[in-house]
Amino acid sequence: MAGVTWRRLTLGVAAVYFLVPLAIAVWFTVYNESLGFSLGAYGRIVSAPGFGESLLKSLLLGAAVIVLVLLLALPALLAVRLGAPGLRPVLETITTLPLIVPPITYVVGIANALRGGTDALAATPFWQTLISIQDEDFPVVLVLAYVMLALPFAYRSLDTGLRAVDVRTLVEAARNLGASWPYVLFRVILPNLRSAVAGASFLSLALVMGEYTIAALMGYRTFPVWIVTVSGSDGQLSVALSVLSLGLIWLLLLTLSGAGRKSK
Amino acid sequence: MTVELRELRRSFGGTVALDGLSLTIEQGELIAFLGPSGCGKTTALRCVAGFERPDTGAVFIDGADVTRVPANRRDAGMVFQSYSLFPNLNVRDNVAFGLRVRRRPTSERHSRAAELLELVGLGGFGERYPHQLSGGQQQRVALARALALQPKVLLLDEPLSALDAKVRVNLREEIRRLQLELGITTIFVTHDQEEALSVADRVAVLKSGRLEQVAPPAEVYDRPATPFVAEFVGTMNHLPGRVSGETVEVFGHFLPLDGAAPGEEVDVLVRPEAVRVSPSEEGRGFILASSFRGSIARLRVQLDSGGEVLADVPGHEAVRLAPGLKVDVTLVERPVLTAPRTAVAAPVEPVA
Ligand SMILES: Nc1ncnc2c1ncn2[C@@H]1O[C@H](COP(=O)(O)OP(=O)(O)O)[C@@H](O)[C@H]1O
Ligand SMILES: [Mg+2]
Repeated sequence: MAGVTWRRLTLGVAAVYFLVPLAIAVWFTVYNESLGFSLGAYGRIVSAPGFGESLLKSLLLGAAVIVLVLLLALPALLAVRLGAPGLRPVLETITTLPLIVPPITYVVGIANALRGGTDALAATPFWQTLISIQDEDFPVVLVLAYVMLALPFAYRSLDTGLRAVDVRTLVEAARNLGASWPYVLFRVILPNLRSAVAGASFLSLALVMGEYTIAALMGYRTFPVWIVTVSGSDGQLSVALSVLSLGLIWLLLLTLSGAGRKSK
Repeated sequence: MTVELRELRRSFGGTVALDGLSLTIEQGELIAFLGPSGCGKTTALRCVAGFERPDTGAVFIDGADVTRVPANRRDAGMVFQSYSLFPNLNVRDNVAFGLRVRRRPTSERHSRAAELLELVGLGGFGERYPHQLSGGQQQRVALARALALQPKVLLLDEPLSALDAKVRVNLREEIRRLQLELGITTIFVTHDQEEALSVADRVAVLKSGRLEQVAPPAEVYDRPATPFVAEFVGTMNHLPGRVSGETVEVFGHFLPLDGAAPGEEVDVLVRPEAVRVSPSEEGRGFILASSFRGSIARLRVQLDSGGEVLADVPGHEAVRLAPGLKVDVTLVERPVLTAPRTAVAAPVEPVA
């Protein structure tokens, strides 16, 4: 009984803590002393120049980051778990680094590398590659940077998922029954890691949809950068944007965790 | 379909898991690998399955050297010690997994899975998921899954160790029945000597990565090749003895020696059933405890000279031979093994 009461109370407090500011924010976007109730702020967002473009760009970046971070982290985790358990602390440390290095340092590093690289490779065919990864429409260099940033979260989510299954035995059982390594990875491991993979994907996506510093400093107009540029002068608009992006990310979360739950 | 292990060596860092293991398993035979934990049983089995590559030595299946063949291309079905069913697949799809990998048509997969589930006594369980099964049922499914591809060899790594006693006994008998029915060459790894003795055609006793003895169960029990085997298989009394020539003196009897003695003062190894106990006022000890086991009763006799002896007597004598009774202890006249003298006489019970 006491347990239930406590649970309700905690939940209630948490709900108030989160929902009240949110409700006030929503209220602020739709109500105005002079105009009364109006959805005008949301209308202004959609019609603002660059909305669809930057949103699409960020979603594409997010998708690329998810694919890359999974392709990087999952095989590495499996290999360490199955082949070299002694290397686990090393992997753990490496994947924590992006959390420790401040984004500014990161940007300076990337910018220097790009500039140095452009000079050094000026006379070679690689120069073209270097230019194309900085393409304004789909900046591969941002994908690479975000993969680094997402690694700690993806790693931890996947690691937790792997802990819950006896990976070694499952892998060996599948190998014993004739499965190739790709078959093991895609048909045995992944299906049993759905919620962990969904979690890793969501965290990566949330990161991409919310990252401002690196994109802004490197001069790319991703969705978060766009929000800041557009909302500069219009208070109501900027809050409406926050509410909108929150709702959007929430929707994506529900989709991803729904995909994760289907495996049961 | 024979399996030959030739001079297998494998070490992990400083630990030597296999130290020159050589053994041939005959067609249709069920061989048990028996030994204490850490003696290399699993490593040996994993070398046959292809999960482990020996540092030196070779594995032959059916005469072909498979040492370098990857695990997914060996023809060996394995049942693991821990539960190994795929949690996301139902029982039928688990059993048919190997057929799925080989892209067999759905109809064949389903009929074969049904057939195998019937074989392991789980007909009608196809739609269940692993978490809806008991431990014993899961291992049955694992067995069906391992047999689905009709492998040349069946490998069982302590498949019963996670189950409770009664299920364990049932399932091991069923495994044996199936194995005989299918005539499949089988390696059964266990650290339980009773399990090994009761199901195997031959028992291979391992110690520190080496083969101590390989022989039919009765022979391993009655004529252990080494003191280690003698002690690991069954219960063994250690009685202080003194070697003289071809015999050894224990309790005033001279018993013939089996093999060379390690010195003059030795431990003589005697099974409880080779110890006779009779009531006697001027006997050399008294009964400390008695545990009735149906057809026999096991007596614990305290010797006046220090130490204890275990003796098995017919169950109906348990009443007559009650604790506290003064008794005489004699030994059945048969060749005995000896071991280097340890402490005072103390029976060694095997770890079950
Ligand atoms: N992957 C491994 N890494 C390190 N040591 C191992 C590994 N596998 C087995 N060993 C060691 O090798 C020895 C034999 O192990 P194992 O074959 O599992 O024994 P058993 O199955 O008879 O209990 C043990 O000392 C064990 O600690
Ligand atoms: Mg083992």
